Amino acid sequence: MNPAARVRGLTKAFGDHLVFDRFDLDVARGERVAILGASGCGKSTLLRCIAGLEHADDGTIATQGDVGVVFQEPRLFPWLTVEKNVAFGARTNEERARVPGLLGLVGLGHAGALLPKALSGGMAQRAALARALVRDPDVLLLDEPFAALDALRRIELRAALNEILTFARASAILVTHDVDDALAIADRVIVLAGSPAEIAFTGTIGGDATREAILAALGVPAEMERGKRRIQHERG
Amino acid sequence: MIRFVVPVALVVAWATATATGWVKSYQLASPRDVVRELSDLAASGVLWHDLGASITRVAAGFAIALIAALVLGAYVGGSRRGEALLDPTLQAIRAVPSLAWVPLILLWLGIGEVAKITLVAIGAFFPIYVALVSGIRGVDRKLIEVGRSFGLSRFALVARVLVPATFPQLLVGARIGLTQAWLFLVAAELLAASSGLGFLLTDGQQTSRTDEILVAIVLFAVCGKLSESAMRSAERRLVGWADTVTP
Repeated sequence: MNPAARVRGLTKAFGDHLVFDRFDLDVARGERVAILGASGCGKSTLLRCIAGLEHADDGTIATQGDVGVVFQEPRLFPWLTVEKNVAFGARTNEERARVPGLLGLVGLGHAGALLPKALSGGMAQRAALARALVRDPDVLLLDEPFAALDALRRIELRAALNEILTFARASAILVTHDVDDALAIADRVIVLAGSPAEIAFTGTIGGDATREAILAALGVPAEMERGKRRIQHERG
Repeated sequence: MIRFVVPVALVVAWATATATGWVKSYQLASPRDVVRELSDLAASGVLWHDLGASITRVAAGFAIALIAALVLGAYVGGSRRGEALLDPTLQAIRAVPSLAWVPLILLWLGIGEVAKITLVAIGAFFPIYVALVSGIRGVDRKLIEVGRSFGLSRFALVARVLVPATFPQLLVGARIGLTQAWLFLVAAELLAASSGLGFLLTDGQQTSRTDEILVAIVLFAVCGKLSESAMRSAERRLVGWADTVTP
């Protein structure tokens, strides 16, 4: 069986800056991979190449079936109601018929007739998630989908996403800089580092990809992270 | 209610000034004379004839301007080649105060309807064109990416993302264009016309009939206000989704 996504020999440069040099990645069907790394390490570029939004200089990228993309910002079309935003990518009546169910799934069953300007940030991002699911994609690509949300909305949306991925039996590639996002959602974690970017660490959640191991691969000393968390705790 | 205070005070002052003879009637007709003139013109059919002539010219000129601005604006805003080819020339033409074209247009097209409609079209064209080009350039690239992430064709991207995203700007441009159309109509009819509201103005001037002049001015105000209100209500209805207040 073909993998959900296969990247072979990806080479991509922005001007003089070589981001990827013959980079390989496989994502199995149904697998949820989190890609972590410092800002500017190329993790978003990788996702955008897989999504076809960025043109690779060399190499091949193959994805299985339909692909849904969720961006850092909701990017809802302001002139369409929530319902019509979710239906945007639908090609068939069958896909259009999925819209009410998807709205319910993301907890927006009551908000279908609203315009995006009436939504809170969390609601808008949930609508964007539903929009990405309208074709029942085999692969869901998520580019820092929680970055613009406050802590509580983040936890909510993580839970919703987990449920949805299980329900849709879709593969997912989640780009994030947050270890907790990865631990909450992924089966496997990949840490990108270096220039051009390479896989500095790969491990499965519940196996060798522990919080400490991931942080170490990211170059964050565990004590510092614990300290930061304690400070956040005390502030909260 | 406060919005009526100044207009009512002005009419009262006007009526007082003319009734007391402080201002002579050949300088300024009284409100009563203006109303009488308006009803005379309406009864004789002259009013409808002139009003109809003016509205027809504005409508025709505006329609031509709208079509030309849509075609050229879409080409310039949508393609680098179009921008390089046409935009510098159009910007240069725009820099000329549009009334400066009047003598040339009269020489080329004579003093008939074609000349007047052309002048109205020139006046209405640039606000629409400029708004459309800047609207197309200002479309959020991130929204286009969403369309691309669904694999939309170029045509579908234009129809489903670019056009609706540009619509608010286009409507603002059209509203300003329509105001300009009335402005240029006055210029065209003042210069050479045997009908229209502008003709009422010149006719009133030549016969020292200030009531006739004032009737024309009031009618211009009403037409301008009505067309502006119509455009604003179209904006509210069609682009009420926009999260901003249009100027």
